[in-house]
Order: sequence, then structure tokens, then C-alpha cells
Amino acid sequence: MSQIHVTTSINGDATEFLCEAEDTLLDVLRDRLGMTGSKEGCGTGDCGACSVTVDGRLVCSCLMLGAEAEGREVTTIEGMATGDRLHPLQEKFIEMAALQCGICTPGILVAAKSLLEKNPDPSEEEVRYWLAGNLCRCTGYDKIIRAVMDTAADLRRAS
Amino acid sequence: MALDHSDKPRTFKVVGTRPPRPDGIDKVTGRARFGADIVAPGMLTGRVLRSPHAHARIVKIDTSKARALPGVKAVVTRADFGAVPEDVADVIDNCMAGDKALYDGHAVAAVAASSAAVARKALRLIDVDYEVLPHVTDVDAAMKPDAPVLHAGRQEETVPEGYSQNVMSRVEFGHGDIDKGLAEADRVVERTYRTGATHQGYIEPHACLATMGPDGQADLWCCTQGHYMVRNTCAAILGMEQGQLRVTASEIGGGFGGKTVVFLEPVALMLSKLAGRPVKMVMSRSEVLRATGPTSSTSIDVKIGMTKDGRITAGFAQLRYQGGAYPGSPVDMGSMSAFAPYDLENVKTVGFDVVTNRPKAAAYRAPGAPMAAFAVESAIDELAKGFDLDPLEVRLKNAAREGTVASYGPTFPAIGLEATLEAAKAHPHWTAPLGENQGRGVACGFWFNFGGDTCVTLNVTPDGTVTVSEGNPDIGGSRASMTMMAAEELGIPYDRVRTIIADTGALGQNEVTDGSRVTFAVGLATIEAARNAKREMCKRAAMIWGIDEEAVEWVDGAARPAGPNAGKHDPMTLKEIAAIASNTGGPIAGHYEVNAEGAGVSFGTHMVDVEVDPDTGATKILRYTVFQDAGKAVHPAYVEGQFQGGAVQGIGWALNEEYIYGEDGILQNAGFLDYRIPVASDLPMIDTVILEIANPGHPYGVRGVGETPIVPPLAAIANAVSEAAGVRMTDLPMSPPRVLAAIQGQKGG
Amino acid sequence: MVKVRVWGSLAEFTEGQTEVEIKATTLRELLDGLAGEYPGLRPQLERGISVAIDGRVYNDSWFTPISEESEVVLLRRLKGG
Repeated sequence: MSQIHVTTSINGDATEFLCEAEDTLLDVLRDRLGMTGSKEGCGTGDCGACSVTVDGRLVCSCLMLGAEAEGREVTTIEGMATGDRLHPLQEKFIEMAALQCGICTPGILVAAKSLLEKNPDPSEEEVRYWLAGNLCRCTGYDKIIRAVMDTAADLRRAS
Repeated sequence: MALDHSDKPRTFKVVGTRPPRPDGIDKVTGRARFGADIVAPGMLTGRVLRSPHAHARIVKIDTSKARALPGVKAVVTRADFGAVPEDVADVIDNCMAGDKALYDGHAVAAVAASSAAVARKALRLIDVDYEVLPHVTDVDAAMKPDAPVLHAGRQEETVPEGYSQNVMSRVEFGHGDIDKGLAEADRVVERTYRTGATHQGYIEPHACLATMGPDGQADLWCCTQGHYMVRNTCAAILGMEQGQLRVTASEIGGGFGGKTVVFLEPVALMLSKLAGRPVKMVMSRSEVLRATGPTSSTSIDVKIGMTKDGRITAGFAQLRYQGGAYPGSPVDMGSMSAFAPYDLENVKTVGFDVVTNRPKAAAYRAPGAPMAAFAVESAIDELAKGFDLDPLEVRLKNAAREGTVASYGPTFPAIGLEATLEAAKAHPHWTAPLGENQGRGVACGFWFNFGGDTCVTLNVTPDGTVTVSEGNPDIGGSRASMTMMAAEELGIPYDRVRTIIADTGALGQNEVTDGSRVTFAVGLATIEAARNAKREMCKRAAMIWGIDEEAVEWVDGAARPAGPNAGKHDPMTLKEIAAIASNTGGPIAGHYEVNAEGAGVSFGTHMVDVEVDPDTGATKILRYTVFQDAGKAVHPAYVEGQFQGGAVQGIGWALNEEYIYGEDGILQNAGFLDYRIPVASDLPMIDTVILEIANPGHPYGVRGVGETPIVPPLAAIANAVSEAAGVRMTDLPMSPPRVLAAIQGQKGG
Repeated sequence: MVKVRVWGSLAEFTEGQTEVEIKATTLRELLDGLAGEYPGLRPQLERGISVAIDGRVYNDSWFTPISEESEVVLLRRLKGG
């Protein structure tokens, strides 16, 4: 078994790791780097709990190999807050009770942030379709959708 | 100290507001540690080998090749567990099969290895010699006398002759005379309804980490709805004393009843015992779907009579629930709750608990009730529409109220069903116009709500903050509710209280987080623990002031002299009393341990608009409103969240979700791609109306709210789809092909 | 004597009666009385039941007082999710 050496950037920090050829990026994040904020709900790309961005693109980290992170810029839920300052989406989710158990929350926040970077003024339908790949079993999505729309409005006002 | 225990309405300062939840930051930053996030030094990876057959005798298991594989540290089969007490015999059999594999996915062996790759390889090296047996997965087929039998000789004394031994028990509830009532009816509807088996669908797969030393002491971390249940069950299975096993609940990524039983935990403990190392086990999604959860699939006959002015003269239902491979489907709960919303002179339900070659049913949110309500509420709707009567008026005319003898026996105290119906009638949703191919449905639902064993310890720190320790995992914001009730009772700010979920070593026995019990029972214990702490703080103030402790009262977070003889003293705040606790007798705490009885029942009414595409049979939910009695909403945002989440789980059950078995008895859709739960783009906003009819059994009037919201949706949606499609839908899920076939059948007929 | 309503399928073990009379002042005496008077109920009592006393549901609290005027109804042991 020879492991693969990977040099990458995670949440802006230069990072090196060794992984097996079959390790997914999610395996690497959780089991090799101790970044357990990304969750495995299905392992088949259906639930979105493992959402991260790679070079700015939203992906399910369970569907990407760890070795493919070579030379890329990966961001995860652990990189969403800046120091002790939460991202506005994180603040809004707490304020509006947009989570119950919280297992889907990291993935949904990463996906929502990615949406607002591309589309600062999404319609309700656009938010719903963008987040259609992120399963939540607790909330019925109502408060999640409202929190994303509300944050978008706040960010537009602030800019 | 004088305490006000009266039930008179009171004004609240903290309860009823919407503060940020105490675990919010952990949960939005990824810091919260869920079941699969726990690690231990030197831990091994545990994996389970599962049966590929629906029903098979296990002739022999040869693990020698797996044991010989480098990196394999332990292999476990059922033989390692030996004899276990009778009350956990089915539990261990479900975790690790004995002589027979009873369903596709049934665990037959497990390994602990140095890596996941080695563990996977080891599983492939285990040889199991199966003798495949005939199987049965359908409830009606399983009841027939010639059906393949799962368990011989275990039928209860309650089952009449003529049924397969798969029929494990029979229950009957009701009062009055059905035949007399039916004779008084102007019309009788008689139909058979069927519902598919659905999974709780929590996003977090089961996970645990076990470590047991040669001294017999063990620690277990797991995601569960009840770590005390896990401790007691595992201790019984492993022959340990309960005090030797400490269980810590991780954060829990959803449960909905599916995490009220053990699956991996006894196996992980046994692997750790044999390997002498910590063992971590995490299920895959397909394992979750094949081997945990689901709820019963059902087949229900209903016969209801109604007069032309809308009075129900008789209600009868025969309910047949398959509960998977072991006895214990929730058919008794279904039979008791089926007609609970109505004041009926003549009512009878008969329920059959049936075993089949499917995973053992676990509780799923108001277990048993949604399917029964689907059948009954569909028939009532059909009768109302047949007489051209308003379905809400018909329900109001027959609604159970204070003094009604419930269909399951007792007389109701103050209940909120009428309030939800009146609120529904007055809501703009009820009179909004509908377009072509659209329909509106309503339905009512009921749930019992529970209490049970509960412990809370409230400690006052030297600087005057307060910590609350409770023993029920926080599955949807309950830390916030407990914190709020403690702050309310003590008269201090919310942010001066912190609530933690204690491990099994720190508190006495706590019932599982189920039955919508936590905000009610743990809340009650939190309030009483706070009252005990206040009593102690009043005593300390009395010492300082040199007066009788009865002459001190607690108002707005401070002890104050009360009564004409108390003298003049400045109030002493909680902070001031805490600061001198060492000088007045030592640390201050309040605790309360109780078997909380007196949970108030809960009712809800749901209203939904749908549009059915006549060309494809696809249903779109256009608008949804939930009306439910919460007793007192402690944190209204999380009460709304329960209403919304329950309604959407119901939408999934009604429209999409279903366990699909092939002729071979193998589950065909063991993944989220094919077992499709609702996604954001399927749904509209879910509107909520919270009614507050105080529960006299709780100091603040709280009722459980978590389970009732999944009871009405199946019927409400079926009533709406039936109206939109122009044909009565009786089978769930109402998937597009099924709706299309019904529409085409209607046209053809 | 306390009047106790039993659910339908238990009536075959109470000589066909859906309401029986038991001498009891507490829940414990009630359960003991039922088992003594109607031995056919024992398997169900051992499996566990809930009891509604004046509309409130009790599972285990043996010393819950019961008066002759109390409405007492046996229920299947409640379980939740």
C-alpha cells in the first residue's frame, strides 16, 4: 500500500496529507485532518451534508477523491466564520431557528454561501432549487429558506 | 418559602420569547460532535456483515479466514453473546442474528480491524452457510394460515384461531354498539386503505464508539435518543452491571423514534471487549435503510356511518400492521388513536400485530397514529363530501371536547381540538380560491404524549451563574427550552443559565427522548429543581437576616423579606447569595427526580392545497397550514419548527416514500436517491398557527408538540389529492404512477 | 370498590365484562387486585399497561391514590417516537 502525497489549501491554509487512492475528500477531511464539520449522511452524493467548495465550486466531498484536491483550494464549514465573527448566514440560522438537530446545517450553510456569492438576490424558487441537493429531515426547510433570503437581503443592504 | 403552585394564568418574561439556542454556535460552525465525530486513541474500525437473504437458516458461520487476516483484531457472531435475559432476547437477535436471518440486511457477524479497508476485506472472508427459506413481506399475506412462519410458538393468547403464527397479538378498543350505530346512519362508507413502510430518514447514520477494559468497566459514546436506555439494554445483553457502563450521548442528527433502540452498540462493546481496544462503528446509509427504523406498512378496513346532517353514528376500523421481523408494531397505538378526535357513541377498533421478513419496525413520530388517522380521516372526508357538507363543520360537530369519553377509554380533560378547528375555519387559507386540477384537504390528528422517569440537577456556581444538567439528548432545541424555564423560574437572564446533557454516570434514570416528553417532563423537573434551589437560597438569606425562612420569598431573581414580621432588609440577589454560599452552609443546588405523569394529550388540524397534473399524476403541494395546541409554547420558533418538520415528513409519506421489495424479498431502494424524502424544491412555506390551551399537568401549561404534527398530513393530503384528481385515493404513497392509474381508471370506468 | 374499564380484547379474561370492580385505594392495589380476581389478565399485566385515572395517564406510580369516584381505564402500554 503506497499512499498518495497531496498538497492543497484548506480554508486558506497550506495543507499536506497522505491518503489512500480510494479515500474520498470527505474521508480525508474527517479521518485524516480531524475536520469533522463536514458530515457523511449518505456517501453517494444524495444528501449534501458533506458540501464543500473546491476552487469556488460547490461539491459533495464524498464524491471527490482526496487525491483530486492536489493544487486546489478547498473551503469547508470550519472556514466559514472569520476569527470570532460568524458569517451572516451562520448568525441568521441561529437567530431564526433554521436548524433543529443540526446535522445538515454545515452542508446547507456551505451551499447557501456558495449561492449568495453567485446570486446575491435569489428568488425563493432559486433558493429552493439551489438547496434541493441538501436534505434536511427536521425543519421542513421553511426557516432555512427564510434565513437564506433574509441574509441575502441584509447583505444587499450592507453593500 | 412560599411557592405559587396554582394553575392560574401567569405572565412570563422568558418563556414565549425566541432567544438564540445555547448550542447554536457549535452547530453552525461544525464544532458540534455527532455520533461519527467521536474518536479515541488506538481505536479500531468495526464493520457488520449482513444477510443477503430475506429469510434463511444460518447453518454455519466460518470466521477463520477473517480472523487470520492481518489487522483483524476481533470477530463477533451471535455465539459470543451467549444467553441473555428474555426482555432483551429480541433486541440482541435484531442486532446479531441467531439461528435465522429474518430480513435482508440482518446482521450476522461483525469485525474490528485496524482500518476500514481491512475490515471490509475481512467481511468478505467470512463464510456463512445459509439455508434459504420462503419469505413474506406483505402484511395481509403474512396473516394467511399458509404463510411462511418467522417465529413458531410465540403468539399471544389474544389471537383467535385461524391466523398464521405471524399474527403475534390482537387488541380491541371501543364502546357502544357498532351495528346499532350503522343502522342509524344515512350513509356508510366502507373501504380498505393501505400505507407503505417509511423510514424515519434522519440524516445522521447510527454511530458509536465503545471501549471496554479487562476490569469490566466500559464507556460508550453514541448518537441516541436515550443513553440511559442504551446503558440498560447493553448492560443486560453483555451481563454487566449498569453502573459499570457509562454512556455519553453525542449530539444527535435526527431520530424521530428511530434512535430509541440499539443496533450497533452491543456489538461494538463486544468487539471492544474481545479486541481490548476502542471500537468505532458507523453505519452506511444503505445499512440504515436495510436494518434500522422503518415504520409499519399497514392495511386498514374502515366502516363509518354518518347522518345527512353530519353526525357520525358509528366508527369501526380493523388495523393490520406489519412490524418487521419481531413482535411490537405500533398497531395498539394506532387502534387507540384512530378515532380519538371524535365524540362517538359507537366506536370499535381491532388491531393485529404481524411479523414479516422486514427490518424490525422502530418507533416513528407518533408511532402507529398517522396510518390510522389516514384511514379514518379519509372516510370522514368522503362522507362529508358525499352529503355536500363542510368537512371542517363535520369535524366540529363530532369533535371530542372536555368530558368526551375517548374512543380508547378515558374521559378527556380540557383539550384543544375545537380550538384548532375554529382557527382553521377562521384562517384565510380556508376561503382562498382554488384553480383547475387543484384540491384542498383537511384532517385532524391526535397524540397521547408521555412523561416518564426524569432527573434534573441545577447547580448555582460561586459567581452566581446556573448550570442545568439533564439526561435527554437535545434533538431539536430542547437545551434552549430548559434554559428558558430555569431562567424564568429563577428570575434571572437567559444567558446566565447553561444547560448540558449529562452522561449516565451523572444523573439517575431518564426515559428516552420520545413520546414528545422532553419539554413537558424535563421542563417540569427543571422548574421543580429551580424551585428547590430557590427554597435553599431563601433559607440562606433568612440566615443572614436572622429571620424565619418562611418569612422570605423569591421575587425577580432575589430573596426578599415577606410578611409583616420579616423586618426591613434589602433584597439579596442570586449572585449575592451564591457568593457567600460557603459561609452559609456550602454549595447551592436544586435537584428533582420524578416519574412525570400527567402529560396532556395534543390535537392538531392540517389544511393543504395541492395541484395534480392529470397527464403525469404528479402532485405539487401549493399551500400548507398547521393548527396545533401546544399548551404553552416555550420557544415558539422551535414549536413552529416541530409543526413544519412533522408536516413535511407527512408530505413525504403521503407522496413519495416507500420501502420497495422485490419478489426475492430484497429491499430495492436502500439509498436516498431511490428512497426519496422531500427536498426544498418540492415544498412551499409551511404556515403555522400555535394554539395554547394550558395543560393542567405542567406548571407552565406545556404539552408535548413533537409527534402530533405527523398525524394529520397523510389524510389531509389524500383528501386534497382525491379532490384535485376527482378520484378517491386509498393507497399511500400517492406516487405519480399510482395517481395517474387512478385517474385513468376513473375515466375508463 | 373502584370501577375499572378494560379494553375490548381483555374482556375475554374478565368473564366478558368491559367494566369490573376492584377493591383498591392505590394503583398498586388495583393491579394486584386485577391479577388476583382475573388470573387471565396476568400475561398482559406482566407485559405492562398504562392506566388512565381521571383522564391522566400513569405507567408505574404504584402509590397513585384512587378513590371510588375515580374514572379508571386500562390502556395498552403507551410508547412514543
